[in-house]
Order: sequence, then C-alpha cells, then structure tokens
Amino acid sequence: MPIVFTHEFNTPVYKGKVSFNTGLFINGQFVDGLDGTTIDVVNPTDSKVIPSVSEGTQKDVDLAVDAAEKAFETTWGLNCPGSKRGRLLSKLASLMEEHTDELAALETLDNGKTFNTARSWDVPAAITCVRYFAGWADKISGRVIETTEERFTYTRHEPIGVVGQIIPWNFPLLMFIWKIAPALATGNTVVLKPSEFTPLTAIRMCHLAQEAGFPPGILNVVTGYGNTVGSAISSHMRIHKVAFTGSTLVGRKIMEAAANSNLKNVTLELGGKSPNIIFNDADLEQAVRWAMLGSCIAGSRIFVQEGICDEFLKRFTEKSRSIKVGDPFAPDTFQGPQISKIQYDRIMGYIDSGKKEGAKIHLGGERHGSEGYFIQPTIFLDTNPDMRIVKEEIFGPVSVVIKFSDEEDIVRQANDTVYGLAAAVFTKDVNRAITTAHKLKAGSVWVNCYGLADPNTPFGGFKQSGIGREMGEYALNNYTEVKSVNVNLGLKM
Amino acid sequence: MPAVFTHEFNTPVYKGKVSFNTGLFINGQFVDGSDGTTIDVVNPTNGAVVTSVSEGTPRDVDLAVDAAEKAFETTWGLNCPGSKRGLLLNKLAAIVEEHTEELAALEALDNGKAFNMARTGDLALSIECIRYYAGWADKITGRVLETGEDKFNYTRHEPIGVVGQIIPWNFPLLMFVWKIAPALATGNTIVIKPSEFTPLTAIRMCHLVQEAGFPAGVLNVVTGYGNTVGHAISSHMRIHKVAFTGSTLVGRKVMEAAAKSNLKNITLELGGKSPNIIFNDADLEQAVNWAAFGIYFNHGQCCCAGSRIFVQEEIYDEFLKRFTEKSRSIKIGDPFASDTSQGPQVSQIQYDRIMGYIESGKNQGAKVHVGGERHGSEGYFIQPTIFLDSSPDMRIVQEEIFGPVSVVIKFKDEEDVVRQANDTMYGLAAAVFTRDVSRAITTAHKLKAGTLWVNCYNQLNSNVPFGGFKQSGIGRELGEYALSNYTEVKAVHVNLGKKR
Repeated sequence: MPIVFTHEFNTPVYKGKVSFNTGLFINGQFVDGLDGTTIDVVNPTDSKVIPSVSEGTQKDVDLAVDAAEKAFETTWGLNCPGSKRGRLLSKLASLMEEHTDELAALETLDNGKTFNTARSWDVPAAITCVRYFAGWADKISGRVIETTEERFTYTRHEPIGVVGQIIPWNFPLLMFIWKIAPALATGNTVVLKPSEFTPLTAIRMCHLAQEAGFPPGILNVVTGYGNTVGSAISSHMRIHKVAFTGSTLVGRKIMEAAANSNLKNVTLELGGKSPNIIFNDADLEQAVRWAMLGSCIAGSRIFVQEGICDEFLKRFTEKSRSIKVGDPFAPDTFQGPQISKIQYDRIMGYIDSGKKEGAKIHLGGERHGSEGYFIQPTIFLDTNPDMRIVKEEIFGPVSVVIKFSDEEDIVRQANDTVYGLAAAVFTKDVNRAITTAHKLKAGSVWVNCYGLADPNTPFGGFKQSGIGREMGEYALNNYTEVKSVNVNLGLKM
Repeated sequence: MPAVFTHEFNTPVYKGKVSFNTGLFINGQFVDGSDGTTIDVVNPTNGAVVTSVSEGTPRDVDLAVDAAEKAFETTWGLNCPGSKRGLLLNKLAAIVEEHTEELAALEALDNGKAFNMARTGDLALSIECIRYYAGWADKITGRVLETGEDKFNYTRHEPIGVVGQIIPWNFPLLMFVWKIAPALATGNTIVIKPSEFTPLTAIRMCHLVQEAGFPAGVLNVVTGYGNTVGHAISSHMRIHKVAFTGSTLVGRKVMEAAAKSNLKNITLELGGKSPNIIFNDADLEQAVNWAAFGIYFNHGQCCCAGSRIFVQEEIYDEFLKRFTEKSRSIKIGDPFASDTSQGPQVSQIQYDRIMGYIESGKNQGAKVHVGGERHGSEGYFIQPTIFLDSSPDMRIVQEEIFGPVSVVIKFKDEEDVVRQANDTMYGLAAAVFTRDVSRAITTAHKLKAGTLWVNCYNQLNSNVPFGGFKQSGIGRELGEYALSNYTEVKAVHVNLGKKR
C-alpha cells in the first residue's frame, strides 16, 4: 500500500494538517510502483526527509498509457463534449481555490520557496490558468475552407490522444497546471511525471482531480526519475506528443528519444540567460526593484547604461543585501533555500568559476547559514563575455552586472547567447522601448517590468531556449492534430 | 566555372531549347561547389546521363548560411515590408507561368513523369501555391491580448531567420514551391537542398528568382547528397528551422540532428500507407476511377498514395473486375509521348526497391492479380500491380512501396474496417467511398490521418493544410497553418504603470 503522508504545519504563516496517499495515480487509483520502491522527498530548508512517495518505473508508464488510451477512447477525447471538459476544469479550479493554503504549504515544504510567495503568486496563477483553459474547452474550432463549390473542405483540430508531460521542480504546481490545463481542455489524456524533488503538490492535485470528478485514466501521474520514467515517456510508442520543461541538456535527449521512437511531436521549454537592459533614462528605483526577480526567466545578465550604473549598483547592492534569507515559513523571508544539494553544488560551482575566471564578487558569493541549501544573493562585476557565469545558466540568486555605453552595441551583446527565452528593457523613451524590444531575440520581452506572465499570453523560447509556445490560444496547437477533410460533391473522375 | 546545361527538346508534346547554368545558387551567383565535383543527372526513361550539375558540400552550406544571414539582416526579414515580399512572389509566379512548358519539360526529363501531367498538374499547382503565399506576405499578424489597463501585451509573429529545407524527388518543382513560398512570404531566408536525382527545375527556378528581382542571398540552393548537404543543413548551428519532406527513416535522422545541434524547430512530411475504403453503396464506376488515380498517380510515387484498397464484399468482385481492366489499360511509356499516363520510376534504386517489395509479396504468399513485372526492357518502368489475398503483417501491406502497387482487401464489417485502416504506424491520408452522408463523415472522422478524401482522391489545394498523424510527420504545410512553421512568436509586455 502506498504511504499516506500526514503532516502538521505549525508555523507563523500557516497552521494546518495534511493527510493524503502518495502513490502513483494511475487509472483513478493511488498505487505502489510495480517495483515497490519509493523516493525520499527532502526539505531543502533542513535537508531532512519529509515523506517518501511511491516511485514509478517504465512498467508503470505502460500501465498509465493503457489507462490513458482507454479513457481517450471511451470517457474523454471527443466522446466528452468540450463544455463538459470545461466544467470539470472549472470545478478543479474551485477546489484548488478552497485548498489554496494547503497547496501553498506543500509547495513550500518540498520546493523551499516562501509560503507567502506560493500563496500569493504560485497558487493563484495556477488557478487562473486552469480557469483560462477551462474556457477554451468548448471553443476548439477547425476551419471551413473555400476551394470550389464541387467540394466541401474543412479542418478538424482533434485531440492527439495520450500525451506525455515532464515538468521541473522550480514552479512545481504552476508547471503542472501549465501542462495539464491545455491538454485536458483540448480532449487529450495525460501521463505526467513531476520532478522527483517536488512531487507533493502534483500528487495532491490528483486527489483534487478525483474529487472534481474526472473519470479514471484521464490524468495519470507517475512520480519517478528522468532516466527511467522520463525516458519511458519520451520514447513511448503509444504516446504521440511529449511536452517538456527543464534544462536544455535534457531537452535534447527528449527530442532525440522522440525521433528514435515514433516521431512524436515535441514542445520544449528550456533554459535561458536573459538580458535585462537598463538605459540612462529608466525610472531607476523601479528598475532596481524589478531587477530583483529571478528563475528560468531570470534577468541574470543586467546591462546598465553608464550614466546611471553607479547609482544603480549602489541601490541594487543595498536591496540585495537587505534580502531576508531564511525559513520559507517565516513571515518576513524573501528568499528560501535552493531546491537541492545538487543545485546548491552547481550554483556554488559557478560562483567559484566566476572567481577563478577573474570576475569580481561585489556582493555575496558564499553559503548562507550552516543548514539547508541557502546561498547569499550574489552580484558579479568586471566580467567578460566568455566567462561561464556570463554564458551559462546558473539558476541561482547570482547576477552579473555589465556596464554599457553604446546603444547599438547593447542589443548585439544582449542577443549574443545560445538562449532566447526572455529579455527586458527599462527606459521611458517610447521609441527606444519598443524598437529595442523588437530587436531582442527572445520569446518574451518585458518593458519596464519583469517576469509578469498571463495565461492568455504565449511563453516560450527562441533558439536553444525551446520549441513551441505555452499559454494563450497558442498552446492549443500543441495539443491538437489537424485533419483536413475533403468531401466531393460532384467532381467526376 | 559551373556547367551550362543546354538541351534541345524535340518531342511530340514539346519542342524547345533550354540553356542555363547549373551551379549552386549562393548569394545571387551560380558557383561551383567547394570541392569542384559534380552530380550526374540521369534520365529514368533510358538510364542515360542527361547532364552534370555542381555538387555542394557542407562548406557550401556554410557559405549559403552566411549569405542568407546577411540578407536576413539587411534586404529581407522585417527590413522588407510584407507587401514588397508579396510583390516579388507574384512576379515570380508570373515568370514561372511564362516558362510553364520549359519547366514541365525539365521536370519530365529528370523525374520521368509525363510532360502533360507536369504541365497541367505540377506547374499549375506550383503557380497557384506561389500566388497563394504572395497574398499572405502582408497579412502576418500577431495579437493584442487584454490583461489589465496598466499593461499592454501583444505578440509578434516574426520570421525565424535562416531556414533549411530538404525536398524529395517525387514532385521536385511542387515540393520546392511548397517549401519556399511560405518561408519567403513570412520573411525568412532560405538554404534549400533539392534531391540529387531531380535538381533541374530547382536550379532553373533560381534563374527565375533572380529574374524576378529577389535580392542576393534570400534564396540559396545547394544541390548535393543527403548525408553531406542534408546533414549539414539539419545540424547547422545557425539554421534555426529545418523542414523536410521524404522518408520516415530519414525524417528520424533529421530530427535527431536537430536535437543534437541547436534544437532547431522541425517540420516533417514523411511516408504513408494510406487506406482507401470503398463501401457497398459507393458509386462503383467513380470509385474505380478514383482508386486508380489514388495509386497510379505519379507512378505510385506519392506519399499519400491510396495503396491499401479495402472493398466491401458485396461489390468486391465487380470492383476488382473493373479496377483490373483500368490498371491494364494504363498507357506506360515515354513521358514525352502524347498519350503516356505512366512514365518510369525515378531511379534504379527505386526500381529495385519496388521490385523487391513485389518479390516479398510473392514470397510471403500474396497473389499477384495484375502486373508484378518490369515493363519493357529499357529504363525503370514497372507494370501497374495488384496484390490479392494478403494478410496484415505482410511487408507489402505494412510498408510504403512508393510504386504502382496496391493491395486490394475484401472487408465485411464496417466497424472493423476502420480498425484495419488505422492499423498502421502511418497516418498521412485516407479515403472513403460511400453515398451515405452519415457514414461518409463519421468514417472520415474516425480515420487517423491528416487528410481525408470522401468520394475522391488526391485533391489538394494551396489553402488546405497537409500533413501526417503518427509517424507520417510533424506539423502541417499549406494553408494558413504553414505560416506557424516559419514564424517565431515573441510576446511583448509593456508596463504602463504597475509599480514594484
């Protein structure tokens, strides 16, 4: 029998009890993995094991695909009207809303982000996204195309069938929703692998999906490792689409596996090294504040025009220094721990390489505290473009600040990366704002802000930051297969 | 200096002279390949070498990408208004139209399809396709998205940059146009590899593109082999999109190369084993005619060929009788004869492969009802061939033959025939013949294929999307749908007052 995770939260920001089965969710049931093994889920605040959850393997993926196929042929797909699919998604959103605090607490527990952020940002954003795609469910339309009056030609935008989805640990709940919402709205059934580091909210969502009334087999969640479950999904012969969010390195493996198995469609959301360009005429105080945000879209290369560079650096340093790093369940914490030992080591490795390659640590650069995976907010100066800390994605609270003078050249510098996920521009000048935004090779460009996402606005990468777009109407293409139908009304052969 | 191909056509259907430089087309110039080597172009009607054209190498692909990048940054991309891109495409269409017969003759020469077919089919469709996308060029639109009045969100559908394209030999000119038209309309620059078997119309098109006034570097054509030029394109670090039409086998290699290099976007149009289902109440005469068209069109060298013909039992005997008669009556011969319907297969390799499948059909116990042999003694001609008494696991039933060979399968059960029809790793096309409106539409909706024909076959239009389910491909060409293949979506969020 799978383990039931029971936990009493007694913190300044949240008090409450959770208790739920942490098995794999296959065909509407919570089950052990076929190998009977488990995965330890670690609290990054103190490195302790919270619960263990069931571990899935390739065989469990096969069972999940069986269940998903059956559901697609019977209770889901085009057998279930879009309006009904939409209602179930709306119900799910309502249940999530009722359980906001609990979901936020679980997210905080295994991810380490602050409870306040999870509750005020992650969970509401996830709910909004579910509602957004709930609304699309009965609005999937093909086209009627004029050819000649002897022929009736139209397209259908059909669900693909069983889709595979693999999500990362940085926004566990939000990434879960970004994946399942458009897929379910368009009528597909899902086999999803959450990150082995952060499975708690994904598993809790299975209970909520059950409660909402989704028939068995529509959503299947198989917790496991990338090289077992992830690989099984991306190379499965009966999964005709895989969507992956994670590192560029693993993204390649996914696409390769897709090519070598059954040429399944892929969408990939990968890494970034996003430039944040701050011109002389920016609203300086606002620029400093917006520069503080981070994650896959992190503005980790901060280009500041020379006229304001000193003042920017002074204020940015002050703000970074004043960040409260600590327990995610403390009310005034701004920054919690990094997700895992692996990530901690990787980030510290980059900081080390920055020192070795000759960059100057202006702030931070060390571990914070002595327990858990906390790292000080870190600012590097005096870098050059070939340093690893300038080229590679660090995925931690580390930025490089680069002074610039030439407006023409700054766009070239900003675009000089294999990545193209996001970028930002701070300036009051309308022409410069829009023109620069248009020249930057990135899938999302923010002007005088950073990191704002909306469910109706597409998100995805240029170049090696990805293939395809999530969110918005654009996401529907990821989960539909176009069929052209030509009905002959009288043409003789 | 690259060779100039000069040829005098003196045939019943076409008399005329051609003379054009057959170098690689890079940065607006016709040049030798970097290695100075050439590729022989063979006439499949008699196996004779028609001419030699310059051979490109990975180094030439680099040069082409340089030129394409430069053009994208200066004279093309968003530096050239959509209306102007459309104007150039329309000019090109007009010039192609003026040269219809010449292009049809070149197509028939290295591909082997009948001149008349090339002239009335391939050329007409190609010209229509160019004009169709010319019209889209100034209608590429992003969206404005409502979020809050303190934020202005919009998307741009930007050209990707340099795109790589690799096309097959079965419809050389049409495949060339299906690729370049949407790519150019949306503002991309191109490095395209035609098939080494059928480069003539692609090379001639470069001259016409030059004549139309496209700036240097916008279109680059590098003739060469798949494992050199094709591979260089799909693994190029500065090409951010590759579009491939060809076999499923090579499609995998293209996707793998894309993954391993720079994760470039891919679209793939691959193989098929398309079912043609003929119910008892079909208009029998029409069903026979369309079924023949479905498999024999282009000598069976059609990715969407209706190669598995399912006939309901009540009309099976009569269908078979008439279909056999029709198959026997097909005029096979010189593409330049006025009454030829079926010319040779494109190459010795293809001829051998198809004959190999026919052999395997015999070996595995299927019955050759018609044909099954070479036609004549010169060139790569194969008789229209019908197999009966096959079983689902035979190679001739499962694998794509790409020749004038069909299996005819009797069926009884309506439910089950859909299952049988869908029992393939492919999913490119399918057809249904019946007069019953509910059955027609319901069956069409249940078949897992990208293109469905009801009471017809092989009807394609530039504005209707084409592409495969399952292992028949990824993505859709033609129609508005193709624009997504050649644009990169950028979301812009302009803060109008939100404070942090």
